Amino acid sequence: MKILVCISNVPDTTTKIRFKDNNSVFDTTGVQWIINPWDELALTRALELKETSGGAIEKVTVATVGLTGAEPTIRKALAIGADDAFRVDSDPVDAYFTAAQLAEVVKKEGYDLVFCGIESSDYNGGAVGGMLSEILGFASISSVSAVNYENGAFTFLREIDGGKETLSGNLPLVAIVQKGIAINPRIPNMRGIMNARSKPLVVIPAASTDNQTQYVNYELPPAKAKCKMVDAENMTELVHLLHTEAKVI
Amino acid sequence: MDFQFTEEQIMIQQAARDYAQRELIKDVIERDEKAIFPTHHIKALAELGFMGMLVDPKYDGGGMDTVSYVLAMEEISKIDSSCAVVMSVNNSLVCYGIEKYGSEAQKEKYLRPLARGEKIGAFLLSEPEAGSDATHQRTTAEDKGDHYLLNGTKNWITNAASGSVYIVIAQTYPEKKHKGINALIVDKDTPGISLGPHENKMGMRSSDTHSVMFTDVKVPKENRIGDDGFGFSFAMKTLEGGRIGIASQALGIASGALERSIQYSKERKAFGTEICNHQAIAFKLSDMATRIECARLLCLKSAWMKDNGQPYGIMSAMAKQYASEVAMWVTTEAVQIHGGYGYVREYHVERLMREAKLTQIYEGTSEVQKIVISRYLIKD
Repeated sequence: MKILVCISNVPDTTTKIRFKDNNSVFDTTGVQWIINPWDELALTRALELKETSGGAIEKVTVATVGLTGAEPTIRKALAIGADDAFRVDSDPVDAYFTAAQLAEVVKKEGYDLVFCGIESSDYNGGAVGGMLSEILGFASISSVSAVNYENGAFTFLREIDGGKETLSGNLPLVAIVQKGIAINPRIPNMRGIMNARSKPLVVIPAASTDNQTQYVNYELPPAKAKCKMVDAENMTELVHLLHTEAKVI
Repeated sequence: MDFQFTEEQIMIQQAARDYAQRELIKDVIERDEKAIFPTHHIKALAELGFMGMLVDPKYDGGGMDTVSYVLAMEEISKIDSSCAVVMSVNNSLVCYGIEKYGSEAQKEKYLRPLARGEKIGAFLLSEPEAGSDATHQRTTAEDKGDHYLLNGTKNWITNAASGSVYIVIAQTYPEKKHKGINALIVDKDTPGISLGPHENKMGMRSSDTHSVMFTDVKVPKENRIGDDGFGFSFAMKTLEGGRIGIASQALGIASGALERSIQYSKERKAFGTEICNHQAIAFKLSDMATRIECARLLCLKSAWMKDNGQPYGIMSAMAKQYASEVAMWVTTEAVQIHGGYGYVREYHVERLMREAKLTQIYEGTSEVQKIVISRYLIKD
């Protein structure tokens, strides 16, 4: 059995976001790139499942759509423990394009279980996993917060309104995972870091797919308004300010 | 010149940072207060490969370079210097000493478990009356034919209780002075070894420090490192590399204090604005950052020289002396920036200040480093 973990190469979550070219392009100057946090948790869980499956899960592969700049992120995934990797050599222009490229990898290699993070921490589209399962004609389970493998079958836990539900599904299947899937992302050990370069990282050309959307313009959120402290006892002043300055009452 | 780190070096830096910021931070204050040895953290750091990161993979080490070691030590020390010193002694004194100068049999028996972090090493040089002046060893290793008989007392020994492999520096031929000294690998469970009480230290309280007494301890001849009388030379050469570890630890203490000071000064308000906007604080931050960067460059240059087979002893002495002075100054300023909050445990900087003080003292005081540097400058 083989698991594919789709990973997205995203700016570090502490990055100061800037745009250029009339606010139409994200300025990547000085940006440190990381594995999308949800994908990193998915990879961690996939490796845990492999290690405890008694050999039933033979391989964990990672795949990303990205240019050469994404390779350090892929090698980090290999250092963490993925067995091999695919990089589709193209800028991931939108969710449909990305899903279509990943679908080609899945069709070519044949995976039993595909993990996608619930969203990427940069564009937060939350669409790739669903689109991928649709293109492939696979079942999908969304918002998965735990995956277990026992007696040859996977179970998937979802948090639902007021409780939790456990599902099973016929493989192949796309699991769209969220926080909780693993407690913490796995930290690569020295041996993993040393071996990362010797693991297969296959670069494949992008399949011909039209992207469905184009970025027109970005806008930063307004700067935080200055905070004005009001004495806890001074209700009159508070009401006055809410009425005259904040204009919310 | 190339100041670019490799992908692997960056991954090691991130791995150390992730572990420190995620795990070490959780109990660092409690371990410091109660002087609890970080057993579970050392086990985890060993599993990640940090305890023998410089050792050749053929002896189960990580096979990393010294630049990676500096980066890792800085990140660990930003949060917890007690863990960092356990790691430093194991890596740059014990593992390095055995790998560089030990016999193949010693490497098989001792280096492998040390590199895997299954055993922890200690380096026993200082004595009650021989700290900075390492030439006057009172501990004796009497030649008894097939073994040495070890007698004496060693002081201020990091990892004395937690460690199980000792490298002991002792005098075999007093008449030959420092040329009569030997370095012996000693199993801690050998009969005749006893420990003094746990030293109640000012800082780095989570690392265990004891005196160690030897009474007629039999050490097999095959446990001597190098030729007869090589011990002093061994100690000095090993300490050259050890300085890089402690310099990097001091660097981490300083940069950890700066990170906390920047964060605090951007949150704390006084006179109607965040205190980082007051020039008195802003200039402190500026001076702290500049000195830290100088210390970092010295650490990295020493490491680079070591990795490239160049003599690095003077550079590592400069790095150790300068970085430890910077750590003391920066952490004192960090406490000042934090004001009253800096003087209480929860804000960490008072602990960093206590930790910084030790970096000026152990593995060669600042004064000894200046002797090393100045003697090099004036020698013909």
